[in-house]
Amino acid sequence: MFIVVLCDCLSLPPTPSSHLFIHISCFVIPSFQMQFMLLFSRQGKLRLQKWYVPLSDKEKKKITRELVQTVLARKPKMCSFLEWRDLKIVYKRYASLYFCCAIEDQDNELITLEIIHRYVELLDKYFGSVCELDIIFNFEKAYFILDEFLLGGEAQETSKKNVLKAIEQADLLQENIDFQMRLFAGVMVPNMASEASGLFQN
Amino acid sequence: MPAVSKGDGMRGLAVFISDIRNCKSKESEVKRINKELANIRSKFKGDKALDGYSKKKYVCKLLFIFLLGHDIDFGHMEAVNLLSSNKYTEKQIGYLFISVLVNSNSDLIRLINNAIKNDLASRNSTFMNLALHCIANVGSREMAEAFASEIPRILVAGDTMDSVKQSAALCLLRLNRTSPDLVPMGEWTARVVHLLNDQHLGVVTAATSLITTLAQKSPDDFKTSVSLAVARLSRIVTSASIDLQDYTYYFVAAPWLSVKLLRLLQCYPPPEDTSLRSRLTECLETILNKAQEPPKSKKVQHSNAKNAVLFEAIALIIHHDSEPNLLVRACNQLGQFLQHRETNLRYLALESMCTLASSEFSHEAVKTHIETVINALKTERDVSVRQRAVDLLYAMCDRSNSKQIVAEMLSYLETADYSIREEIVLKVAILAEKYAVDYTWYVDTILNLIRIAGDYVSEEVWYRVIQIVINRDDVQGYAAKTVFEALQAPACHENLVKVGGYILGEFGNLIAGDPRSSPLVQFNLLHSKFHLCSVPTRALLLSAYIKFINLFPEVKGTIQDVLRSDSQLRNADVELQQRAVEYLRLSCIASTDILATVLEEMPPFPERESSILAKLKKKKGSSKLPDMDDSRKNVNGSTEHAEDAEVASKVPSHTFTDDLSVNSAPSSGASLLVDVFSDFSSAAPTEGSDEHFPRFVCKNNGIIYENQLLQIGLKSEYRQNLGRMYVFYGNKTSTQFLSFSTSVSSNDVLDSQLNVQEKPVDPLIEAGAQVQQILNIECVSDFSDAPILNIQFRYGGTLQNIAVKLPVMLNKFFQPTEMTSQDFFQRWKQLGAPQQEVQKIFKAKNQMDTDVSKAKLLGFGVALLDGVDPNPANFVGAGIIHTKTTQVGCLLRLEPNTQAQMYRLTLRTSKESVSQRLVELLSEQF
Repeated sequence: MFIVVLCDCLSLPPTPSSHLFIHISCFVIPSFQMQFMLLFSRQGKLRLQKWYVPLSDKEKKKITRELVQTVLARKPKMCSFLEWRDLKIVYKRYASLYFCCAIEDQDNELITLEIIHRYVELLDKYFGSVCELDIIFNFEKAYFILDEFLLGGEAQETSKKNVLKAIEQADLLQENIDFQMRLFAGVMVPNMASEASGLFQN
Repeated sequence: MPAVSKGDGMRGLAVFISDIRNCKSKESEVKRINKELANIRSKFKGDKALDGYSKKKYVCKLLFIFLLGHDIDFGHMEAVNLLSSNKYTEKQIGYLFISVLVNSNSDLIRLINNAIKNDLASRNSTFMNLALHCIANVGSREMAEAFASEIPRILVAGDTMDSVKQSAALCLLRLNRTSPDLVPMGEWTARVVHLLNDQHLGVVTAATSLITTLAQKSPDDFKTSVSLAVARLSRIVTSASIDLQDYTYYFVAAPWLSVKLLRLLQCYPPPEDTSLRSRLTECLETILNKAQEPPKSKKVQHSNAKNAVLFEAIALIIHHDSEPNLLVRACNQLGQFLQHRETNLRYLALESMCTLASSEFSHEAVKTHIETVINALKTERDVSVRQRAVDLLYAMCDRSNSKQIVAEMLSYLETADYSIREEIVLKVAILAEKYAVDYTWYVDTILNLIRIAGDYVSEEVWYRVIQIVINRDDVQGYAAKTVFEALQAPACHENLVKVGGYILGEFGNLIAGDPRSSPLVQFNLLHSKFHLCSVPTRALLLSAYIKFINLFPEVKGTIQDVLRSDSQLRNADVELQQRAVEYLRLSCIASTDILATVLEEMPPFPERESSILAKLKKKKGSSKLPDMDDSRKNVNGSTEHAEDAEVASKVPSHTFTDDLSVNSAPSSGASLLVDVFSDFSSAAPTEGSDEHFPRFVCKNNGIIYENQLLQIGLKSEYRQNLGRMYVFYGNKTSTQFLSFSTSVSSNDVLDSQLNVQEKPVDPLIEAGAQVQQILNIECVSDFSDAPILNIQFRYGGTLQNIAVKLPVMLNKFFQPTEMTSQDFFQRWKQLGAPQQEVQKIFKAKNQMDTDVSKAKLLGFGVALLDGVDPNPANFVGAGIIHTKTTQVGCLLRLEPNTQAQMYRLTLRTSKESVSQRLVELLSEQF
């Protein structure tokens, strides 16, 4: 945004080589993109983190800590956007999980909110009524799905069907081992009611 | 009960995750993790070769441990091994590990790049996508070097699968962001633009993002994208909601793509082609019309997606700022949202209206919503929405509604959230000053600010009110009366005491005729606050007292008694004690004439930009603020400010002219009221000695270094290739500096380019005194480093070492050259070789002001040539750099772009290194 085309049409004396300054140039403005996406629980546990800008581990931890605190302190009916440092935070809560994206000042908040929703829909479709536990135990899948949907902080494929098709194709490629010993039957902890509740509670 | 129906399970991983979740404390978690790490390490080190599955499992566990927030220092090699597995899931985990835990270990990067290269060449689209995702996730320079030329080929190749094209487009976008210099433009660019016509909407979506980024880099190459984007957008907005199948999201046609297309169009001005332009206008009108249609679904997703497109369309309308009709329609639409029941929409409407307020076409339309916005300020429950309302009120304020808005902001301040109080205070202070017709209103407003939110009133604000009162004699009597009355309150904020002390000290005489505010009453009132105040305020009050002695001889005795009391003369605080002693002494020995001269009324301050505005800009980023076009601009640039500061620095730090000094940062004894005009806040304690360096590029005098002990001031003059620098060392302490010595050092290269010869300096600097040293400088040839001045002295038993970079830059040896337009262009042409020109485009760091820029360029050393550049906003200059060996002619052009807040600087000289260095030096100044 705010790219300005500077036309320096100099009306110089009519010599053949009077195009001294004439070239159209633009000013490069840092572009807009999602900076990072975080998923964390009501207890403040980080469940997924995706960084689209290079930051050191230390910075990432600091940002996460501050942001989780800020978002958890907000009341239910408040608006989904807030200014934080130089960024805008867009967040939404689904059951026990908070989905939180950082975008730049000029970026579109509402479409980001729907990026979150589409991601939740994708998870829901893939896992079948997704809950926090799915994301904990299958974190790698959550990352794979995100990569199919968003790349470099931009929407890559917004069709639900196409994203799931890509993931399913990949799943088909897996070697055929241990089909039975998957699942964490007998391993799962039963007392985590909130984490086991579906993110979509209709 | 969650059930994973797909993917392969790793039982060991699930068990491990459950174990971690069962840990009752952080300690037991760490214990369990350490056990696991030891296990994995032994497995990786073991003699038995691990099969792919185990390797994958362990790498995945390591990843999990890392994501929990623990450090991982091994396993990278195993992850890299997984990359070359031909089993998809193993490869996938390997890539995930690499993407999350990037390691700049060069051996590893080579191996990773190799694996990626193989996968890119595999022609297996799933593998190719994995590799592209990895590049996009890591986005490192090494990867850009390896793949930046390969990816465009994949992107535009005819036989590439759609999904690979999508990944390739966004992968390229990421590389372009991290290493734009490595992404080559070429014949592929034209073909990328045509991806906007692709029939696969996913490809169009990804490509639009890429094109937007590239169009910002080189808009000319992507100009054709405008018509394609308009066509695509037009097809989307006019399509029936089911046409786009899975790209329809809750009855909204391709909202993501629409937003991206609208964003791409914001890279360009309105299309010049009339039919294209009217087609775009139609699209925008359709989007605005749709907002009025009844919703097709009650789901919030429907309205969010629809409004996301609407807000982006409004952003484009504001960006073009050329269609009054659309602007007013946009404003009305936002007006409706102001009262919407969705908090999110109210927030966005307030935010968006802020930008509309600065357009001349819609400013009036925005103003009609003032009551709604004020109401939002009073009733919104969410502080971030109220904050937006404050911003909007600030943006829509003009002379017609300033009193109402300031009053509303003041009353909101009483209940405002603590986090935004300071900002509101700044805004109120700025508006009150900007729109003050009647300065009594201004004084009342600021005193109200202090009363309501004294803790949030920063120094800039109360300095400013004093400056204004001193500069406007019509308001001085009123100010004195008002502060006198305000001070009557039993509890008043310390900032009020400061303002009161200063103003009564200067202008108390104007109200002394009234027996209710006789000198003695004034004094007693001030002194009744004395004991409750902090040291800096007390110091200020002591100065006010000595001014009273001058103004009102009748209270001299009373005040002398106060100064003489033990609590003053033997005060534990050195500053207070010193003031008491000196003021007492002064009042006893000085004749009335001398006293009157020493304590003469403060001279008016030079009119400059309010430092409050600068502070607010710093807080908010200037882009959000409407232009404050008042006359108080820093006409002379920062140059003059620094000279003031220097004059001040030459006076020992305890004289009477600096009686506000103790109120600023404790370490900067000589920072005065004048300092608040500067665009940097008053000198903070600096240990770093280079910090002041850049300020000397365009000026020759000022403070180059300051800490608690020592202040170093400079004055320098240059003629041709010779220079002389006067260095002033000021001892700020009450103890002598012993064994004071200095030396100038240069590196080997600089040594041959620049000679600096130092004259001896006095080895002893008395407390509070200043000594001077002369340096003679000769420029032998052009240079880019700077010599270092090393200072050593003994202070109270400890040896102090300070190194300061001396501000001797190449441009100091400039001699300005006037020339005609014809000469200029002739020379410009002669210097046309590519290595002779250096150009830089950069963002404005300070407010863009013609006069300031002019002053800086003159300070830089060139002659400004008027009437050469047909665009009067641009600057053209010429000069000659003198060195002992050669003379280098320099031509310069600076093009400001106020809308984008950017500059383009071009230098042409006969020597590449000179062009380069001059651009470096000058571009940092704006």
